[in-house]
Amino acid sequence: MSEDVKVKVRGLTKKFGDLLVLDNISFDVKKGDFVCIVGPTGCGKTTFLNLLVKLLEPTEGQILIDNEPADPKKHNMAFVFQEPSAYQWLTVEENIQYGLKIKKYPKDVIEERTKEIMETLGLEAVRKSYPHELSASLEQRVVIGRAFALHPDLLLMDEPYAQMDIKVRYYLEDQVIKLWQKTGSTVLFITHNIEEAVYLSEKCLILSNKPTTIKEEKKIELPRPRNIASSEFIELREYVTSQIKWW
Amino acid sequence: MENKKKNKMKYLCMSLVGLLIFFGIWELSVRLGWVSDRTLSPPSTVIGTFIFKLTNANPDGSTLPQHFMQSLKLALSSFVVAVVIGVPLGWVMGYYKVASFLLNPIFEIIRPIPPIAWIPIIILTMGIGMPAKMFIIFVAAFVPCVINSYLGIRLTDPVRINVAKTFGASEWEIFTTVCIPSSMNMVFTGIRLSLNNSWTTLVAAEMLASTRGLGYMIQLGRTLIRPDIIIVGMFTIGITGALLNNILAMFEKKVAPWRYRE
Repeated sequence: MSEDVKVKVRGLTKKFGDLLVLDNISFDVKKGDFVCIVGPTGCGKTTFLNLLVKLLEPTEGQILIDNEPADPKKHNMAFVFQEPSAYQWLTVEENIQYGLKIKKYPKDVIEERTKEIMETLGLEAVRKSYPHELSASLEQRVVIGRAFALHPDLLLMDEPYAQMDIKVRYYLEDQVIKLWQKTGSTVLFITHNIEEAVYLSEKCLILSNKPTTIKEEKKIELPRPRNIASSEFIELREYVTSQIKWW
Repeated sequence: MENKKKNKMKYLCMSLVGLLIFFGIWELSVRLGWVSDRTLSPPSTVIGTFIFKLTNANPDGSTLPQHFMQSLKLALSSFVVAVVIGVPLGWVMGYYKVASFLLNPIFEIIRPIPPIAWIPIIILTMGIGMPAKMFIIFVAAFVPCVINSYLGIRLTDPVRINVAKTFGASEWEIFTTVCIPSSMNMVFTGIRLSLNNSWTTLVAAEMLASTRGLGYMIQLGRTLIRPDIIIVGMFTIGITGALLNNILAMFEKKVAPWRYRE
């Protein structure tokens, strides 16, 4: 096994009663990789992420981070959910510090990371605001900042821009790339938007219909910043779309 | 900003006009003989009695400030005890299943019993002194504190709990950093209800052989057929309740500032 593998998933299976949702999924994610997971609607993408971050227990199989069973208490993990998840009772600054305080980082590291995230995401002006005083996109930026502040070993993002309009989405996609490059985190990003997947990822995991397996691991070897109008980009997007089609 | 000020003035004027109309109709209905002044005193008489009672102990043996202080002491001490015990109990019942299974059945039986229904058993067990009165008010204030804190915890958004879990938060950290702050909206609603209940149960509690207090003053007003005294007592309770609610709102702004920022 290669040294730079960060996450190993082996034989991951999940059943809800008799319903087999995930069927014997195995794959590796390299350290610092940006992997997008795409698949047909209802194929179990969210279940898949919930298993990876231990919000659900697998029926069978193993998830290893740095060759140890994944454990949020031991590993630096973060999850950006599709739903609004900023803590309404904390200011923007306190939200960003939340994970760092849970992990009991020293005060100077917390200050330094907060500054880094605030600057990168342009949140200085709203430092002392509460989430309900912000727009939806700004609130989602806070949530993304909170996740990246931890410099997580594994960051999972479950359609974080599903509720954003296209302009905001492009902007936030670039922000995520900026943070990912800066922090070197390993990111697993679920989306049903294939253009988004090709734009963001280094590798696309294409899932099948239920019971879900990995249909293909597609490397996206395009230079950054990516041009969504380039012929290579369009070609890749169309290829991934054709692989997802089940009709 | 200027507009906001203007609007504020407009709403204040409208509220004052509403009050003037209310008191005007009331005054006229007694003056014109639509309602007998033996059953309802006009506002002008009530104001006169209020001023008189500020310094005079007649006819009920104590001045209004003395009645007021007695009632305030009784209502507030019971209310504070109810909040201090009720809110944490609701939190624990909401978060820890064991506590919920242990305490919920007892609480569900106690909850629907009206505070007044406790009076006979309290007289038998605790007599008619201050602790007995405090207990009746305590029961009235305790129930909304427990229910609202319990629901506040139960209604915590699971997504926000999951965020904490993925950061590796312990059960205790999730309880204290997510569930408790998230429950504060409901908790303060419960505390407000408790405060109101404390004041409304005051009259019933002071029926237990009191010699002083607003409830006692109202009771004596009825015995003496003095509607003006009854109304002075009622309005003192009402105005004090409203003032205490405002004080509570100020406290809430300190404890839960995110609820008040726009």
